[in-house]
This record gives sequence, C-alpha cells and structure tokens, in this order.
Amino acid sequence: MKRKREIKTWSREIVVGAIKNSFIKLNPLYMYKNPVMFVVEVGTFITLLATIFPTYFGSTPDEVGYNALVTFILFVTVLFANFAESLAEGRGKAQAETLRKTKKETMAKLVQSDGSIKIVKSSELKKGDIVICEAGDIIPADGEIIEGLAAIDESAITGESAPVIKEAGGDFSSVTGGTKVISDRIKIRVTVDEGESFLDRMIKLVEGAKRQKSPNEIALTTVLVSLTIIFIVVVMTLYPMAKFVHVRISAATMIALLVCLIPTTIGGLLSAIGIAGMDRVTRFNVIAMSGKAVEAAGDIDTILLDKTGTITFGNRLAADFIPVGGHSKEEVTYYALISSLKDLTPEGRSIVDLARKMGAKAPDDILEGAEVVEFSAETRMSGLNLKDGTIVRKGSYDKVKEYIGEKGGSIPDDLDKEVEKISLLGGTPLVVVKDNEVLGVIYLKDTIKPGMKERFKQLRAMGIKTIMITGDNPLTAKTIAEEAGVDEFIAESKPEDKINVIKREQAQGRLVAMTGDGTNDAPALAQADVGLAMNSGTMAAKEAANMVDLDSDPTKIIEVVGIGKQLLMTRGALTTFSIANDVAKYFAILPAIISETLPAIKVLDVMKLSSPTNAILSALIYNAIIIPILIPIAMRGVKYRPMSANALLMRNLLIYGLGGLIAPFVGIKLIDMIISSIFGM
Amino acid sequence: MYSNIELFTMIAIIVLLTKPLGTYMYNIFEYKPMRSDKIFLPVENFIYKITGINPEEEMDWKKYALTFLLVNMVMMIITYFILRVQQFLPLNPTGAKNMESSLAFNTVISFMTNTNLQHYAGEDGITFLSQMIVIVFLMFTSAASGLVTAAAIMRGLSKKTTNLGNFYADFVRITVRLLLPISMLATLILVWQGVPQTFAGKVVVDTLEGGKQTIITGPVAVLESIKHLGTNGGGFFGANSSHPFENPTWLTNMIEMLLMMLLPTSLIYTYGLMINNKKHALVLYISLFVIFILLAVGAVYAENHPGVAYSKLHIYGKPYGNYEGKEVRFGVSQSPLFATVTTAFTTGSVDSMHDSYTPLGGAVPLILMMLNTIFGGDGAGLQNIIMYTILTVFLTGLMVGRTPEYLGRKIETKEIKLIALAILVHPFLILFSSALTVMLKVGASSVTNPLYHGLTQVLYEFSSAAANNGSEFAGFIGNTVFMNIMTGLVMFFGRYITIILMLAVAGSMAEKIPAPPSPGTFRTDNAIFGAIFIAVVLIVGALTFFPAVILGPISEFLSMT
Repeated sequence: MKRKREIKTWSREIVVGAIKNSFIKLNPLYMYKNPVMFVVEVGTFITLLATIFPTYFGSTPDEVGYNALVTFILFVTVLFANFAESLAEGRGKAQAETLRKTKKETMAKLVQSDGSIKIVKSSELKKGDIVICEAGDIIPADGEIIEGLAAIDESAITGESAPVIKEAGGDFSSVTGGTKVISDRIKIRVTVDEGESFLDRMIKLVEGAKRQKSPNEIALTTVLVSLTIIFIVVVMTLYPMAKFVHVRISAATMIALLVCLIPTTIGGLLSAIGIAGMDRVTRFNVIAMSGKAVEAAGDIDTILLDKTGTITFGNRLAADFIPVGGHSKEEVTYYALISSLKDLTPEGRSIVDLARKMGAKAPDDILEGAEVVEFSAETRMSGLNLKDGTIVRKGSYDKVKEYIGEKGGSIPDDLDKEVEKISLLGGTPLVVVKDNEVLGVIYLKDTIKPGMKERFKQLRAMGIKTIMITGDNPLTAKTIAEEAGVDEFIAESKPEDKINVIKREQAQGRLVAMTGDGTNDAPALAQADVGLAMNSGTMAAKEAANMVDLDSDPTKIIEVVGIGKQLLMTRGALTTFSIANDVAKYFAILPAIISETLPAIKVLDVMKLSSPTNAILSALIYNAIIIPILIPIAMRGVKYRPMSANALLMRNLLIYGLGGLIAPFVGIKLIDMIISSIFGM
Repeated sequence: MYSNIELFTMIAIIVLLTKPLGTYMYNIFEYKPMRSDKIFLPVENFIYKITGINPEEEMDWKKYALTFLLVNMVMMIITYFILRVQQFLPLNPTGAKNMESSLAFNTVISFMTNTNLQHYAGEDGITFLSQMIVIVFLMFTSAASGLVTAAAIMRGLSKKTTNLGNFYADFVRITVRLLLPISMLATLILVWQGVPQTFAGKVVVDTLEGGKQTIITGPVAVLESIKHLGTNGGGFFGANSSHPFENPTWLTNMIEMLLMMLLPTSLIYTYGLMINNKKHALVLYISLFVIFILLAVGAVYAENHPGVAYSKLHIYGKPYGNYEGKEVRFGVSQSPLFATVTTAFTTGSVDSMHDSYTPLGGAVPLILMMLNTIFGGDGAGLQNIIMYTILTVFLTGLMVGRTPEYLGRKIETKEIKLIALAILVHPFLILFSSALTVMLKVGASSVTNPLYHGLTQVLYEFSSAAANNGSEFAGFIGNTVFMNIMTGLVMFFGRYITIILMLAVAGSMAEKIPAPPSPGTFRTDNAIFGAIFIAVVLIVGALTFFPAVILGPISEFLSMT
C-alpha cells in the first residue's frame, strides 16, 4: 500500500502559518526580491504619508479618508501576494516535516580498524566508515552495501511498504539512511557526511530553503519589471501632462493608477506558481533537484526509454502455442499446461493462464504423485514426471535438442522453422516435450505494459519523440517498437549508446529526457536535460540525475513532462490574464480622473460606475482580491491534458486572454455596485 | 462623397511588387548570383578597391554594430561641418547662411537617423550643395544603414554561424543594387510629371497683378525620389510634399506613397525567405496590413466627417470634409491617406498640415508613430516588428507549456532582457521628453495651442522624433535651441539604442541551435498567431500611450462634441 503524501493546502496549520509569514515578508529587504510587489509596497508607504500629510501630496484635507482607503487596499494587496507565496511554501514545509520525522538519531554499529564493533551515534559517522546493520536496525547513513544481502523497508522515503532487496555489488547496492533492515545482515560503507545525506537534501529541496529562481522565472520577471518601469514612466509623465490640460491628479490616485497597471496579479503569484510546481512533482513522489529541472521537463522534445521495465514488463508472457511434427494445437496446449502447473515464475503462470483461456484443462488428479522438475540454470528445462511415467518438459531449444538426442527421439523438420520465426518476432521459444517426442513450441512474448501505446500516442500529439533503447536484436526491437508505437529504437545497445543518442538529439536543438538506474547510466543521466534516476538505483545514478523517482517507476518521466508543461502554462496564462486586465482598469480610472475637468469623457466610462472615487477604489479592490481568487489556480496549475500546442494555445487564450479582458469589467462593476449600495458611498 | 479606392489600389500594387522586390533584396543580402552582376559587380569591386574594403570579412554582432555606429558617426561629423560652413561653399544661389550649431546638430542627427525632422526651412536655410551632399547623401546612407542592419538581424535569426555578415559590403551592395537604380527611375517619372531638377535656383517672374515673384527651384526630383524610397521624409521646401514642385499631381502623390511603402513591405517577404518560413512572414504581412487599413480608413473617415463646426459649411449644397491645411489637388481623402502612409512607414513627408486635422484624424498619424511597428521605415521597421514578435512569442508562448521559442530558438533571459529594454526605449523617450517640455517654460513656449491640442502638438513632435518619422504638427515651433537639442537626442537614442539592442538579440539568437518544429511547439505561421500579434501590438501600445492620447486628441475630440 502507498502511504499518500497528500497534504491539504488549506489546513488550519498551514493557513495560520501563511498569514503570519505574509506580515514577516513585508520587510523591504525581502520584498525587493519581488520588484513588482516592492513597487506596491513603496506606493503604500507614499499613500500613507499622503494620508497623514495630505496637503504635501496634492490632496485636499477632505480627501484624507480616500487616501486612507487607498493605503489600506494597497497594504492588503501586498499581504495577499505574500500570503500566496507563504501558502505555497507552507505546503513544502509540511512535507519536509514529515520527512524530518524519519530522520531520527539512531545508534550505529561502527566496525573499527581492528574489526571490533563500537556503538556510536549516527551523527558521528563520517564518509568512509563501515557499519553493520542487522534485522530491525535503522540504517544510520547513506551508503553502499559491501557485504551481504538484506530486505529493506524504504517506506520512510518512498511511501512504499513492500520491502526491497539490496545486495553488495551491482546496481542495487545503495542504501538510504533512515530506512530499516528487515532481514539478514549487511555491511555498509558510509558514502556521505552528516548533513549531506539524501534525506537531508530532500528535506532542503522540499522545504524550498535553497529555492533559486528558475531561468524562465527570471526571464518572465525581467519582462514584468520592464512593464513596471514603463508604467512608472506612464504615470509619472501623466502628472505634468495632465496639469498642462488643467486636470488635477492627487498622489494617491496616481499610485492607485500605477498599482492597477503594473502586473501585480502575476507578480504576486509568480513565486507561488514556481513553488507549487515543484511541490506537485514532490507529491508525485519525485524529487526534483531544482526548479530548472522541472521547467526543462516541460521543454522536452525527446524521451529515451529503456525497453525492459519501462515499455514492456520485462518478463515474457505466453502468447501462443505452435504445434510441430504433425501434432495438434490442442495437444501442445495441453502439455504446455501440464509442464507449467507447478511453475511459479511469471512465465509459467502466463502459460497456465493462456492454456486455460484456450480451453485446455488438466485432470484434477494429475498432480497426485507427480514429481516436479524445477528449472535450473544448467538444465534450462522444467516440467513434471507424472505418476503414469509420462515425462513432460518445456525448455530452451538447444537444451531440448540435446535432451531428445539423448533419449533417442527425433527432431521434427518444422521445429527449426517455427523457433526461428518466434525469435525473429522478438519472442522467446520454449519447446514442449512429451517423453521423447517434440510436440510444439510455446511462444513467449515480451508484453507491452497496458496503457503505454496510448501514452506514446499522446506524446506524439504533444510533439515529443520517443526513442526505445534495448539490448535486443534489431528485428526484435523493431517488432516491439512498432507494436508500442515509439518513434525510433536503438537495438543491441551498448552502454555508451545512450549518451551518444542524447548528444545527437541535443545537437539538433532538442531537449532530451531519460530514466536510468545503473552506474552505467550515470553519464547519460548527467548529459540529459532531464535525468530521472530510480531510487532503487545506484548512488552514482542518483547523483548524476536531476530528479529521483522514489517509487522507481520509469514511466513516470511522462507525467513529469506534463507537470513541467503545466508549470510553464500556468505562468503564461496568468501573465496574459494580468496584462489583459489592464484594459478594463484604464476604462475605470482614466475617465474618473478626467471627468472633473471634461465631463464629456464619461462616454469612455463604459462600466457606468457610480462615482469617480468609487471607480478608482473598485478598480483597486478588484486588483487586490484577484490575487487570492487566483491562488487555487496558481497552486493547482492550469488544467492540462496532453494535446497539441495549437489546441492548448486556443484553450488558454480563450480562458485567460479573452477572460482576462472581460473579467475585470464584470468584477469592477460588481465591486462598484456593492460599495455604492451597501456603504452608500 | 469619398471612397477608399486609392487605398486599395495602392495595396494591390504593393502586393504585386512585394514578391519580386523581396526576392531581389534576398538575393542582394545573401550574395546570390544575379543576372545584373555584369553591371553591378564591377561597380562594387571598384568601390571595394578604392576604399580598401574586404567584402569577405565576416563580422560578429559586436563588430557589425560598432562598424555601423562608427560609419554613421563619421558621416554625421562630416555633414555637420558642411552645414556649419555652407555659405562659403559653392552652389548657393538662394544665399543661405551657415547653419546655427543647435540646428545643424539637430539636422545631421535627423537625417542620419532616417528621421528627417526639419527644423530649418528648405527654401533659404540650406544651400544646393548641402541639399545634395548632406541631405540627399544622408537620405541614401540612412536608408542603407537601416536595411543592412535589418539584414544582419535576419541572418542572426536564420543562420547557424555567429557572424552576421560584413557591414561595408552590405552597405555598398544595397546602395548600388537597390537604392540607386530605383530612385533613378523614380526621379525620371517625377521629372516627367513636372518636378524640377535644376541648379538654376531662383526664377523671378512677373505676376498678373504686375508685381514680381521669386520662385525657388533646384535639384528637387532627385531628393524627392530617395526621400520616399528611403522612408526619409525631409522636404526640399518647407512645405514638403504639399509644395507643387515636390508633389505636383495626383499621380506623383500616388507614386510617392507607393515609394514609401515599397521597401518595408517587400522586406517582410525577404525576411520570410531568409528565415525559410514564408508563412510566418505572410502572417506578419497580413496582420500589419490589417492594422494599417483600419487606421487608414479611420483617418479618411474622420477628415470627411469633421463634425459640428463644419456641418454648416457646404460646397455646391453638400457638406464637405475638413479642408483646412489640405491641398485642393489631393482633397480630404488622399491627404489623410498620405498622412497614414507617411507615419506607418515612418517617412515623415507630408502633403497636408497634420496640425489642422480633426482631433481623431490627427490622432491616427500620432498613434501610428507611437506604435512604431506598422511596417515602419526601411529596415528599422522590420527590426521593431521582430522585437514585437519576440515579445508576443514570449508573453503567449508559455501558454503551450514550453519555454517560448522563436524560429526554433529559445527565448531566454539574455534575449528577453535586451527585448525588454528595447520595448522600453520608445515610450520612455516620448513620454519623458513630452512631460519635460510641458513642465519647462523653455519647452512650453514652442507649443502654440492651449490645452488638449497643445499637448497633442508636443506628443506629436516627440513621437515623430522617437519613431524616426520626422513629420511635423506644423503649428509647433521646432527651431529653438531647447527643441533642437531635445529632439536631436530623442532621435539619436530612438534609432541607435533599438538597432544595437536588436543586433545583440540577433547575435545571441545566432548562437542557439534551432530545434525543428513539432506539434508541441508554438506556431508563428498561422492565423491565431496573427491575431495574437495584433492584440499584443495594440494592447501594449494602448497601455503605454492610452493616458497621453486620452488627454490629447481624445479629450480634444470630446470637448468639441
């Protein structure tokens, strides 16, 4: 069972913490990192001064109430933006907290140079130390098994309670601190110092303590800053120009106009979107080492996938029974079934299932007194010696040939042909033998995981190319590739093939993602733009990758791409929304400013707002409350389904572009109706 | 009655010429073998030889930008001194004096930046020699400078090398193969229609009244052709293209408009060929024409429906449009059309006085200069179009869930910083200098109208300078030391900052490996992109200039109703 890593956004604890943090973040030293909201904060300060000393700021004393209102709304706007960010961070912190609980101080059995064992605190372990862990022990630090084999419960990290087997040597030798040994005894070499363990890094990442703005976030901030500067110029130059035509604008109104125009909506939500995007990846049980990696996932053009374990199950399942030597299909099916009755491997089970599905039925008493011949690496055959003396076997072609030769049987003429046919199709032939007679062949096929075909179709619609990597021969590879629907395949691949393919794709301007777990994969994982390492893999692979999947499910790379796209789309959609909103705000504020001097300007007041003051306040209130209204979208991300860029664009343009043009007209009008009727202003 | 038949005739002609001329420019920029090599190659090789240019030398963006800047500076310095001592030089039949320093400063910047804001009167402020070796010379070189820098930018967006070409060779080729031949042909047509081309200077005639009248002629036709072909706009006479010697007939008026439109429209086709994406170029072409037509039709409508004040003025029993400040031979439809063309294509020549337009009719040229992207001047216009296109791609491209990419190349922080800065320059120059002018007494004294119309005058002057247009709201007093320096600086920064930033963008984009398009990439070659592009140009433009336009022309319009 999976322990759900679900944390509620609106839990009391998180919300209270976020409210507290929204005030702490008012510190200008922190605020200036968000230039758009910093401008709002400075504006708040100026309107505050204009409330206290109205005459110095172009206001008459009776406008103090208005100035105070503007100050209040601006203040709330800044708080809303801070709240959005704090809320997103709060979720990360809550996740980190659950992780931190697993990081308890434990006792370690340190092997000293003379071979004796000393009990030390886990925090005292250093890189290179050797410790011993036995059943029931918590592994004290990240390390590598150098001796032994053990079942380990990694649920603390992965949420997956089924134990995994780790052993010295090979690709499954790394262990993570905080996980628990369930059986056996292992010797571990510690590979990290205290505070740098995988768990420590995960906590830091999840918590967002070391959050750096990602490249696209920086680029977008640049545009937002540029727009902000343009609007500062627009508003500052408006004052003398307005004065020239005898229009008086008070400082508070100028700042209200400025704040309405600068992209506060996206400015206030931008960091929340980034944090929430990372968080969505984490909730998916994938740890991304940086926001950059998540963004890169959205840009992926090519995905490299291992055939075995990713596209196919890896274990071969029975697909057909082919008779040879004049035997009937029923016969071979029946004996294939008999041969596998006691075979508990996935292959064996699939033979039984298929045979039964095809109508074969073994007598109920067939197993009575039968002798089971288990598969062994030497004989490469398995089967039953029945009570009546019948010997039933299935096995590899070569071994069966030898066996028949020994028994003095003959090989049917068509066996070679059928065996070859299956091999060419990418299957594995198992020959079925009764006594010294060859009955036929079981066609074992590498089966594509359910749903993979549809996913590849989606990926193609999204414009992502898939490349399958396999050690199989080209013909086998081709068969599987065609059946699964991948765009390209590399057969008989050698370890360096992956990195070569990645480099080739990158040279054509494409961004490449891949999954991997072995030490062999490390260079390719490092070279790929998105390298997703399996948690079950080696430390080297995890170090080289920029994402680690705690569930070790290689197909997740596809979902990660989706999350990356969703992150970028959310930014784009809310930016578009934010800028489109400005049009309505102009129509609310500009007529309000000019109407005193030139009443005819009212034709531009398309919303027919109740009074100039109410118009400005309504626009400002709209501008503030749209931030919390959009927090759910920022946190959840805009809806994303895999489809072509054009379809996505149309959808988002309609909702956030056109919607962004219309929504404020409706919103400002509503707010105006409320403040004019309820408050009678 | 009025119709837009001239507008659509012109567009039809331009559309027919776009492909051959666009291809021709492509061949020039790409150094393709051409049939005309026989004639032009010897000329070019001769120029390379005497100037010591090595046309094979490749320049990266920095070198290209630096060379462009240096060559322009040298030309400005030389022409500045010519203007300052012109009265001592030959060919001065009208007896022009040496130009005052602030005016000469303004004039050389104005003509070198392809603006041609004229604070001097052509009739008596400048000698014939200056007309030719300063004015006409700069008209050729400024157009060539715009075109070749555009070529370099196009190469950066399409090539796989970081080199953008050779400025000198580009400059020579575009002048020899494009600007000279077309303007020669145009000169002949204009002379046929009655535009003078003579060194005779003053002609004194006896009038019917018995008095004497001095008529100034001169080498007008040659100036007139490059003035429009090169989207320059400075007139031989103060009255510019409303003067009968500059623009005598309906036909010359049409030809002048066509000449203005010729290169900026064709250059978009060239762009399509350069980037190997003709559909993207077509989308831009159509989108720009949509905005152009909307504004042109609007201006013609406004001048034909001048409102209450004119409703009682009838000619032959019919209400007529706003004839104030317009030549009778062009009327109330062709004049605003000319005004639209001259500001869309940032030429700045005028065949009527824009100051006398109805508020909304006059707002059209103002808005076109504020947008500064509706085709624009030779080369510089395309650069602004690319700038807006990249901005559009960046703002909306994220919505397909990828880092925005243009022509397969990712738009990242470095490019967007440059673009953001380039976008900022234009509104900053206009709004800042307008505000400063109305605030300062020395500036406000140039404004000859009160209130809304006065503000429009100021906005017009600086929009014209910043957009490198050069047309004037005639009532405005330009020739003061303050205005000469202010507009001089605005023209200078408006031109060079944008071009250098765009060259930097091109240099940075050239370093990227273009990714082939896939169904997952944001498309820039379909109708949706066209619509988004129009929306971004209009919304960004509106958000920036809406307050100023409301306080100026719109308030003026509303105060009249």
